[in-house]
Amino acid sequence: MKAPAFAYAKPTSLEHALALLERHGDGAKLLAGGQSLIPTLNMRLSAPELLVDITGVSGLAGIKITGTVVRIGALTTHAEIECSPEIARHVPLLAQAVPHIAHAAIRNRGTLGGSIALADPAAEYPACAVALDATFVIAGKHGERRVKAREFFKALYETELRPGEVIVAAEFPAAGASERSAFLELARRHGDYAIVGLAAHARLTAGKLSDARFAFLGAGGTPVLAKNTAATVEGKLSTPDVVAVAQAALGSDIDPPADLYTSSTTKLHLARVLLARALVALAS
Amino acid sequence: MDYELDTTLTVNSVLVKRRVAARVHLIDFLREELGLTGSHIACEHGVCGACTVRVDGKIIRGCLMLAVQANGCNVDTIEGLSDSREIADLQRAFHEHNALQCGFCTPGMLMAAQDLVRRHPQATREEIRVHMSGNYCRCTGYQSIVDAVEEVLISRRGAKK
Repeated sequence: MKAPAFAYAKPTSLEHALALLERHGDGAKLLAGGQSLIPTLNMRLSAPELLVDITGVSGLAGIKITGTVVRIGALTTHAEIECSPEIARHVPLLAQAVPHIAHAAIRNRGTLGGSIALADPAAEYPACAVALDATFVIAGKHGERRVKAREFFKALYETELRPGEVIVAAEFPAAGASERSAFLELARRHGDYAIVGLAAHARLTAGKLSDARFAFLGAGGTPVLAKNTAATVEGKLSTPDVVAVAQAALGSDIDPPADLYTSSTTKLHLARVLLARALVALAS
Repeated sequence: MDYELDTTLTVNSVLVKRRVAARVHLIDFLREELGLTGSHIACEHGVCGACTVRVDGKIIRGCLMLAVQANGCNVDTIEGLSDSREIADLQRAFHEHNALQCGFCTPGMLMAAQDLVRRHPQATREEIRVHMSGNYCRCTGYQSIVDAVEEVLISRRGAKK
């Protein structure tokens, strides 16, 4: 199908973009990479009066490391994250996750900020941000504020982002030498939306896991942090017995909704399979 | 508010200036305004890959980019790559391996294949499959497409030595 008619503006400053959002209210939509927005326009699921294309706003792209904080600008594309030696070194979980996002042609345009703002429950970055306890930097007409990823995702496609606000960056803690991460995902075709996926991160000391975080995607309306499961592996070696106890505990953390092809029971089973694989990967 | 915008872009090395409605995506612009019908349009929501073109050297989904967003950009379509002979060996390999039947997906397949061959000359068979997973073919079963891309990867590697 073809998109309905809309107006288009391409501001070159954040101030101008915020002013346009304020002036047009609900009628305006932000356009970044457009890899989720343009399909909804083409299918006429969305009919904004005005698209505010922020890809010309300076200062919203790029990767910067300050001390132990890795700041990724909202307009940084998946392909830039995929190819960044800084990300591979300091936020390996993201580097592991990116190849699972759609396909090369989409990764060349889709952005980190767009994925976070959309908050698709099967998307990769939200789960990584929750696992790593990232912080989002959000600009509005009253200035900047910071929101923890773990508080940002509220319900299905519902976030802490208020009308007229723009995500400008995400800040990830740089991984220490003893930290390990693993990103695993099952999909019907490579690059399709996940049936279920797992962003896992932990510290490894003399073979023992600590501070483990297991954030599941495709397992609820938002990324789900499996806290009971994490508690069962605290201070443990990744042995088959420990894996079995963690897998059993996962049933108390997630209750995945069925989708068109996969029942809730099957998804929970698959999540347990990914958990076992992640525990092996984290300990190696 | 601007529902139409003056847009200047370079398509296959030719400078193009047009006034374009904001709602028109790049493939409709290329096909209907410029008559470049090699890029195909099918799903229009980024799933099938038939509309793959190159913008500033990177492959993109033409149905997921507005024509006005290509203002100031360099766009290469299958017509450009074909005329410049950049993909002559890929075209020959697709032909020889029977990597197309109806041909509808072929322009997008060739754009995606050239992206892989150019950027990852050492790609394995498995990496070819992952890279090409964004392009649907409903005829071939993919095996012959992977064979064709693999042959070109090997022959281009040999040519460089």
